[in-house]
Amino acid sequence: MKAITETGVPGSPPRTTSKWSRFWRIAFRNRYLYLMSLPFVAWVFLFNYYPLWGWLMAFQRFKPGKSIWEQKWVGFDQFKTLFQDDMFYQVLRNTLAMSVMGLVATFVVPIVFAIMMNEMKGMFFKRFVQTVSYLPHFVSWAVVTSIVTRMLSTDNGVVNDILMGLGFIHEPIQFMAKGNLFWGIVTVSDVWKETGWNAIIYLAAIAGIGPELYEAAKVDGASRLRQIWHITIPGIRTTIIILLIMQIGHLVSIGFEKQFLLGNNLVRDYSDVLDLYSLRYGLQMSRYSFGVAVNIFTSVVSLLLLFTANGIFKRFTKESVI
Amino acid sequence: MTTYRMRKGAPLSDRILDFVIIVALLVATVVTLYPFLNVLALSFNDSTDSVRGGISIFPREFTWENYKVIFSFSGLATGFKISVLRTLVGTVLGLISSSMLAYTLARPDFQGRRFVSTFLAITMYVSAGLIPIYILIKDLHMMGTFAVYVLPGMISAFNVFVIRSFMDGIPYALQESAKIDGANDFTIYWRIILPMAKPALATIALFLAVTQWNTWFDTYLYNGSSDHLTTLQYELMKVLQSTSSGNNGDYRNSNMTQVMATVSPESVKMAITIFVTIPILLVYPFLQRYFVKGMTLGAVKG
Repeated sequence: MKAITETGVPGSPPRTTSKWSRFWRIAFRNRYLYLMSLPFVAWVFLFNYYPLWGWLMAFQRFKPGKSIWEQKWVGFDQFKTLFQDDMFYQVLRNTLAMSVMGLVATFVVPIVFAIMMNEMKGMFFKRFVQTVSYLPHFVSWAVVTSIVTRMLSTDNGVVNDILMGLGFIHEPIQFMAKGNLFWGIVTVSDVWKETGWNAIIYLAAIAGIGPELYEAAKVDGASRLRQIWHITIPGIRTTIIILLIMQIGHLVSIGFEKQFLLGNNLVRDYSDVLDLYSLRYGLQMSRYSFGVAVNIFTSVVSLLLLFTANGIFKRFTKESVI
Repeated sequence: MTTYRMRKGAPLSDRILDFVIIVALLVATVVTLYPFLNVLALSFNDSTDSVRGGISIFPREFTWENYKVIFSFSGLATGFKISVLRTLVGTVLGLISSSMLAYTLARPDFQGRRFVSTFLAITMYVSAGLIPIYILIKDLHMMGTFAVYVLPGMISAFNVFVIRSFMDGIPYALQESAKIDGANDFTIYWRIILPMAKPALATIALFLAVTQWNTWFDTYLYNGSSDHLTTLQYELMKVLQSTSSGNNGDYRNSNMTQVMATVSPESVKMAITIFVTIPILLVYPFLQRYFVKGMTLGAVKG
């Protein structure tokens, strides 16, 4: 602190122009900026970086009440237990299944939606559709769960009503109680909630495509479908790839909100995902070390996926997303 | 092949495309909107009548009873109060901290710029996970406090980057002239940059507010046993869990059980769902033009 004031005071210019004195001089000039950023950097450190120390617990048999240095070290025992647990593989399967289904669906549907919106002519109808399409993004998963269970209910749920009305089924399907339907229900709920929102970025990307391309295509007699295929889709390709890579980084860390809320004891075999597993079999059973091992697995696999995806992208485009 | 190309109007394939698009978007709109309207209608319909089925988007036997019942439930009053409070406090704290940090990152002459950017960006991809964070919160004695709602998630890298991208677009000359007039960096941020960054701030305010309003998990994890800190979403979540198939009602709030006796749980659920959703419906159409812009900004800089 002393050094800053000494070298930086206006009127007493530093004699040396060494790297350090230059640094402190600029630092003094930046003092307000430092004051405005360092407290928040410390904040981010506390809540985002500091907990990483907790990863050490995965190599211990953690007992609450003692500090992390007084715990018993057990090496990779927790990971051995984890990889020998049959339930872990079931949970991993559920996580991957739901994230891949979600990834594909929440990519394809919003792109199709954005292209359709772009082709729409009536301005009023367009605005209305768009406003409605954002709506579900803003409601919580608790609300979505309430709505989804109502729609899929066996008592006057609209989906069962329609299926029965059309004669596809003769008695209501117990959607929420069927494990093999769970992945689909989560995916469809996700699409219902996020399509309009995810489409915003694609709509913006489409709006950035030069109109002269379409003009030229029109002159050449290309139908609108051909214009979509040869101009619109290539025009938003980069956006698609960037978002795809960022999503791939989150393949295993998909959270658990949907699964927690939409799932129930009857579909547990299909609904439990990695984070729920660490919650139920780690935290809530006071097996902290085991839970942390699950968390580490999730984080490390996420990073590996992200770097792999980014590496592939880099090879093709010489650009990096991260 | 040749016949329609000669015609003056759009080719047949284009007209078919228009038709398909309109139908598809209509279907999408109905699918999005119908569930809300259906739940709304059910929440205003007499509980015993609803069981007969056949309610679509209008109530058949209109009643306020379901709402009267949920308002008599004490958890909901507390939940409403805490939800509103955390939304207000969380949004203000988040806005101030993210915009201040964003401003320093938008200053080309700030030394720490690159380091802080990277430092933040890493948090978007690396997370310590559920349990280490839980233990941190416990060690900080934040369990059972209001602070746990607003402090840990105060700064999100994504929000900071969105505001930063917007501020990057504000001409630097404006700040330089203020500097010549003797303004310090904080004054420049507060007096010049913040007012100009309103569109970005509105977007982030919306994101923050919606996140605060919609979260139930922190209540579940940290404040599950503090009834005075319950939130609306948590109350809704408890009702959902208690009535969902296969869960043997671990919802032991006697107050709520009494309430459930007068009208059916399903009607209560519908009324709470609407009650929890309404504030969002009131706010978001007005902010639409902002968040569309904000989303696009965030995507550019990622």
